[in-house]
Amino acid sequence: MTFTRKDLLGMRDMEAGEIRHILNTAASFREINTRAIKKVPTLRGKTVIHLFYEPSTRTRISFEIAAKRLSADTYSVGTSTSSMVKGETFFDTLKNLEAMKPDLFVIRHSASGTPQRLARRTSAAVINAGDGMHEHPSQALLDLLTIQDHKGHLDGLTVGIVGDIAHSRVARSNIWGLNKLGSRVIACGPPTLIPHDLQQMGVEVSHRLEDLVPDLDVLMVLRLQKERQEQMLLPSLREYATYFGVTEAKLAGAKPELLIMHPGPINRGVEISSEVADGGRSVILDQVTNGVAVRMALLYLLLHREEETA
Amino acid sequence: MDLLLRNARVIDPANDRDQTGDVLVSAGRIADIAPRLEVGPERLASVTVLDLTGNWLVPGLIDMHVHLREPGDEYKETIASGTAAAAAGGFTTVACMPNTKPVNDCAAVTQFILRRAEETGSCRVLPVAAVSRNLEGRQMVEVGDVRDAGAVALSDDGRPVMSAQLMRRALEYASRFDLPIISHAEDLELARGGQMNEGAVATQLGLHGIPTAAEAVMVARDCLLAEWTGGRLHIAHVSCADSVRIIRTAKARGVSVSAETAPHYFTLTEDALVDYDTVYKVNPPLRSRKDLEAIKEGLVDGTLDAIATDHAPHSSVEKDIEFDAAANGMIGLESALPLILELLWDGTLTPAQAIAKVTVQPARILRQPYGTLTIGAPADLTVIDPDARYTLDQASFRSKGCNCPFHGREVRGRVVLTVGAGRVRFSR
Repeated sequence: MTFTRKDLLGMRDMEAGEIRHILNTAASFREINTRAIKKVPTLRGKTVIHLFYEPSTRTRISFEIAAKRLSADTYSVGTSTSSMVKGETFFDTLKNLEAMKPDLFVIRHSASGTPQRLARRTSAAVINAGDGMHEHPSQALLDLLTIQDHKGHLDGLTVGIVGDIAHSRVARSNIWGLNKLGSRVIACGPPTLIPHDLQQMGVEVSHRLEDLVPDLDVLMVLRLQKERQEQMLLPSLREYATYFGVTEAKLAGAKPELLIMHPGPINRGVEISSEVADGGRSVILDQVTNGVAVRMALLYLLLHREEETA
Repeated sequence: MDLLLRNARVIDPANDRDQTGDVLVSAGRIADIAPRLEVGPERLASVTVLDLTGNWLVPGLIDMHVHLREPGDEYKETIASGTAAAAAGGFTTVACMPNTKPVNDCAAVTQFILRRAEETGSCRVLPVAAVSRNLEGRQMVEVGDVRDAGAVALSDDGRPVMSAQLMRRALEYASRFDLPIISHAEDLELARGGQMNEGAVATQLGLHGIPTAAEAVMVARDCLLAEWTGGRLHIAHVSCADSVRIIRTAKARGVSVSAETAPHYFTLTEDALVDYDTVYKVNPPLRSRKDLEAIKEGLVDGTLDAIATDHAPHSSVEKDIEFDAAANGMIGLESALPLILELLWDGTLTPAQAIAKVTVQPARILRQPYGTLTIGAPADLTVIDPDARYTLDQASFRSKGCNCPFHGREVRGRVVLTVGAGRVRFSR
């Protein structure tokens, strides 16, 4: 399997074979992260620019660690989300950065589609680290790797995603990825947080968490943002927690080997109880650990593309 | 200089004319139309004779909904550049919306626009004044004053009249002055934050959706208010099936309502947005295939009286930025005619039906004596080569706008001559 993409923009246009290749590559990088000296020279001389136009802690640090453990030179640009900084448009700023000849951009942006538009304008590789409500492919890949670690496979599994599907790029990327690898996906949330025509993405929709729990092999819990109350989407966080918050009581009928996942950061007592988040079914920290390996794999595959073809 | 235009297919929907013949233009008016016109040798020196065999000759096109951006945003468009674009697109009359800086909400601004059009324009400009002062939706403009200055309609276009009370009073009050209210039908609460049509495509792209109901609830509200007040209502840029259905019902009830749609609503759908190209970002947004079909049905059965471009020029500073931040709007004056002709080539409309929607129909809505080839009428006419096949090229446009979604489209039918009030305004 050769990896020929210039960019990693989303799960939607990926082939199942490419996803498996990334997961296998990630698994092989994991060992580096357990060494005493966690650095290899693989990407020495490569320049990676991190563009974070939206607040982020774990994704940003995860990408930086991944790049540094592979010996790439990394630089960070992080500004407000406004489109104009010092009167310069976002794409004009990028033209200037492009002129400094970076090899790869990692971009997070609050406006959906911005990484796609950047990728069309630059000869550097682009990794989407989360764009608006659209996609967050590295998160989906680390989620798939985590499920595979625990279940041994992805095909034939039933995966529930509960919460604010409408505003979630994590949900979208996981729906595409899980479908491609043969899992059955059920999205669950109040009708106000399930976007129109979601079923056309190949997902089932439920508004009752208790109904789907017995079928599930994996339950992904999404973060609920407090602003959703003011946007007329929910009466209160309290009522949300009553119907959609994941608690031990709601998991009473679950399979014993059910996995609980969460992309973080968690709101304890809202979408997930502490008992569940910290309990034996939770693989939340495994997800974070796998995040570094997946991002090392992506950097390696995208930056080694040219040399392999040269 | 008089003009004798020979051997054209003359299509004049207002007079039920569709025949091959000659048109004589004299002293800025249509002097005569007949299968064969002769001029005596004594007049030949003062008449330009053009053989238009194979071409169509139609009344000068009227676009009842454009944004010329002057005064205030001259870097996007001026009255000079916008009307040059209009003439190149076959238009001899445009009605310009009041969301300029300052807003056209008083006689002084209306007069300024008319004076600039006189000095710099390439076609007739009919100003549309605001409904409310500074488009704030609170206090009515001085309706009599703007009408006397030359305004032909009232609209807060670009933003809706959110107050039902103001819309009711404006419909009532403007009826005294025989001005229609042009409604930009959009419930701002339902549309808030929206970037494109709500549905499967928006869900997959992760863009906030604008439901068709954001438009249709306001169309319904305004039709009810027009029925109650007896005022004249015109619905701008209809984009969806629900609005067509509501307007159709209102018309059947005898409500004084007319409506327009724009070429992009019968040629493009939300699927165009898959690459996040901001050139397709427009308000109301491009809708579904089902809506597009309903727009075509509305054009066929007359529910939609007119086709207008909603020509909305922007510069790259507004368009070449993040999708969420990019401005809504498309330019349309120089692409409209071949797109309207697509409705002929695919059998949706007859030539007379199509031409009427950009000539006599908007003229009637605005109570203007244009859009016909009636003998004695102002000599506004457009000559079209119906068989020309070419690729739309934004670089060739007169408009300053960079936002033509049809750049690169293969089309058929091209404007070869535009005559406004007897003067050649464009020729190819």
